[in-house]
Amino acid sequence: MDDAELLESLLGGNESSFTELVRRYHSTLVKVARYYVASAASAEDVAQDTWIAVLKGIEKFEGRSSFKTWLLRICANRARTSGVREHRSIPVDANESGPSVAAHRFDQGGFWSEPPVPFTDAIDSRLDNATLLNSVRDAIEALDEPQQAVVTLRDVEGLSTQEVATLLGLSEANVRVILHRGRARVREIVEEAVKGKI
Amino acid sequence: MKLLPSPLVCRDAVELVSDYLDGTLSRRQRRRLEKHLAQCDACTAYLDQMRSTIAASGRVGPEDLPSDVVEGLVNLYRRFRSDN
Ligand SMILES: [Zn+2]
Repeated sequence: MDDAELLESLLGGNESSFTELVRRYHSTLVKVARYYVASAASAEDVAQDTWIAVLKGIEKFEGRSSFKTWLLRICANRARTSGVREHRSIPVDANESGPSVAAHRFDQGGFWSEPPVPFTDAIDSRLDNATLLNSVRDAIEALDEPQQAVVTLRDVEGLSTQEVATLLGLSEANVRVILHRGRARVREIVEEAVKGKI
Repeated sequence: MKLLPSPLVCRDAVELVSDYLDGTLSRRQRRRLEKHLAQCDACTAYLDQMRSTIAASGRVGPEDLPSDVVEGLVNLYRRFRSDN
């Protein structure tokens, strides 16, 4: 069932539709909340409050945006308020000035000395797709904020750069820079994991 | 006379890949990168890795939630239903 169908069924009082929506989105809500608030526990609280707000507001949801967008906006607004109350400062990208690829992989002229091997080669011959997916999931889990929230919203949930910018209160240019660092970090972690399996 | 942009080295080329895949590079930067990619297998491999990484990110699906988290939320739902 897609989100709209689940929502319809939830309006009819179907508990399993609620559980399914929770399974789909709870972990993303926690990541968005974590970007704004001071602790994991507090992020979990915000995500929980978001579900209550959804149950309360569901009859007023007009479907002008997708359910996902509506849900994430509720979460971001609540998390922002909690973050302000906690005097939490929004995380800046610690890797902002660092290179995408470790400096030792290049020679003095700036050309590869340790070139990358396409994952697809390694995967076709020795690894299955599930291994790549698991490595990518673990790598995203290992990211720090703000990279984790940006990569999750943009690449996992498939939101546009503009939507991510609105949810996180960043400029689109900032989202692109953070996304670039986050993706580079995920690629690096996956490369290590894939190398270990060959 | 129009100055030709200086050729990219690999170290700088990799910094353009994410924006390249999102289609947000300026035309000039895109041309510089494509020129480099056309003659550099290693950066083409990097681009492929990045493409696979992004595609896989879109397919990872939701994490498995701990059962106590799901239970807690289902209880929340039941309380809400009985109160409303
Ligand atoms: Zn190169």
